[in-house]
Amino acid sequence: MARLAQEFIARGADLELVGIRKEFPGFTAIENLDLHIPAGEFFALLGPSGCGKTTTLRLVAGLDEPTKGKILIGGKDVTATKPHQRQVNTVFQSYALFPHMSVLENVAFGLKQRKIEDPMTKAVAALELVELGHLAQRRPQQLSGGQQQRVALARALVNRPSLLLLDEPLGALDLKLRRQMQIELKAIQMEVGLTFLHVTHDQEEAMDMADTVAVMNKGRIEQMGAPEKLYDRPHTVFVSKFLGQSNLFVGEVAESNASSISINVAGNKITVPTDRAEKHTGTIAVGVRPEKANFHETEPTAQAGLNLIGPGEIIDIRFTGVSNQYLIEIPGVGNVTVFAQNVGKSPVTELGANVWVSWKVEHSFGLSDLPENSATESISVI
Amino acid sequence: MRNLRLGKYVLPLFSVIAIVYLMIPIAYTFVFSFNDSQKTNLIWRGFTLDNWINVCQQQGVCEAFGNSVLIGVISTVLATTLGTMIAIALVRYRFKARSFVSLLIFLPMATPEVVLGAGLASQFFSIGAAKGIATIIIAHVMFCMSFVVVTVKARVASLDPALEEAGRDLYGSPAQVFWKITFPLLMPGILSAALLSFALSFDDFIITNFNSGPAMTFPKYVYTAAARGIPAEANVIGSGVFLLAIAIVVTVQIRGSLKARRLAKQK
Repeated sequence: MARLAQEFIARGADLELVGIRKEFPGFTAIENLDLHIPAGEFFALLGPSGCGKTTTLRLVAGLDEPTKGKILIGGKDVTATKPHQRQVNTVFQSYALFPHMSVLENVAFGLKQRKIEDPMTKAVAALELVELGHLAQRRPQQLSGGQQQRVALARALVNRPSLLLLDEPLGALDLKLRRQMQIELKAIQMEVGLTFLHVTHDQEEAMDMADTVAVMNKGRIEQMGAPEKLYDRPHTVFVSKFLGQSNLFVGEVAESNASSISINVAGNKITVPTDRAEKHTGTIAVGVRPEKANFHETEPTAQAGLNLIGPGEIIDIRFTGVSNQYLIEIPGVGNVTVFAQNVGKSPVTELGANVWVSWKVEHSFGLSDLPENSATESISVI
Repeated sequence: MRNLRLGKYVLPLFSVIAIVYLMIPIAYTFVFSFNDSQKTNLIWRGFTLDNWINVCQQQGVCEAFGNSVLIGVISTVLATTLGTMIAIALVRYRFKARSFVSLLIFLPMATPEVVLGAGLASQFFSIGAAKGIATIIIAHVMFCMSFVVVTVKARVASLDPALEEAGRDLYGSPAQVFWKITFPLLMPGILSAALLSFALSFDDFIITNFNSGPAMTFPKYVYTAAARGIPAEANVIGSGVFLLAIAIVVTVQIRGSLKARRLAKQK
């Protein structure tokens, strides 16, 4: 496979979107989008359905035209060019394999269109790359979903595009196959060194595969960065909720110094490091991930560097396999979710138990906006 | 139990009666094409192959048949081409009068043929067009087109737009995408629309009769001949067309099942 992949190493190009706006009759799909994807990167565009991610992909492929803005591939302005004039290929959500052609003819289609020499040999090599060489003469309808997905990938890769676009390519596969394809897709990307732009609504898939994730919402990019960084320090309520789960607390800033900021939530002091907070004055939202929080059956002694709230009552316990998900109702604060691993007995504590919740100050994050209908009350967000 | 017995005996009997009822006119036509007829072809006078061998001897039969085939082929080609274009436009593009056009297309199908034929005839008269094969073709294209649009439209609607997008993405120009992807995928729909078109055109009497002038078509010939006794040669041509149609259907069916079996085997 390594030797074959050599053949496909292409000049992966960088992609730049400048001030993109896309209006459809009646609504605006993309408001104002600026994006730079360096060459050779695996970039994921993550967002809920209707956030404009697929539209972005179609603009890059040339299937739609932006209302405003410029698209540059490898530094060249391609905004006005047609799809067949762009060195870009797409793996469609539905795969869009041509049903009236064999698998091999499907893969060779792009090469034949551009009158590339020896299209069949190259198509066979591309099918070998995705380990489907033995099915070359079949019709697409005769293949399983996973195999069709790989044919679609081969059909795009064989053209050595500068940029490969993937539109929810694993959406139609079952969970097990999806995990397997995630690993294969990532391996192929690393091997061929292409620029991948992957559109998905599956946060796990995005975090697992991408070098950089951009979280998109309502036609804008909310936040962009390495998956670990996005998860560790979300900047907005949307990102904190869409990428994993978060407990959010809303309160007035009570103390503030160079190193930390504290808010007051119904008499509980919650502290966040200054450099982990987006907003430093007024009412702000501070959050913590459920797996970073612990609960204690007896009140721990307060100590510096630890946020401590409670006591509250465990009102729900959910078994999820490796861990249990505890929902703790703290008077005046709201519901807090805590994950505890089932390393010992499960559940760790019984329903109805009175507990205190603590987490390290350095695990807090401060957001730039407030959760909807929070007013002054703090709420937890699951 | 009672229902079961009813299904066992009554249903097959009913089916047989229905089929016999449907087949009588066809069987009559076929059998009497071998009749050693004289002036009329109403009484069985003995078996002969003469009618089949010398089918063109009877004055005008073959000429009328030839005209009908010519009109059918030209009308079909024109109606299928235009109808396919309209069907694609109606499904794929959003334009102002779209729903209005969709409705208009149905009108020729809904209008009684007598009205359509008479209306066309008066239009040809008022523009001073000489009636003949050309006016028949114009009339046939008009009503066949509606059927083509309806048939092909269903096919276009079921075509995933992503397939054409994939074609464009894979370096196909708009024309290449149409001929290599859209057209082959629409082919079954276009083909059945064309067959339907030809059948409608070949078969049409009412509209043709209004707009043909002196030109003779096969249905018109049979109609005229019926006044003085249909010649056996007409039965020969009728039976021939019927057998040809059956042969086409059987061939298509066999090919289809062979293909299905081959696909199943590969899997």
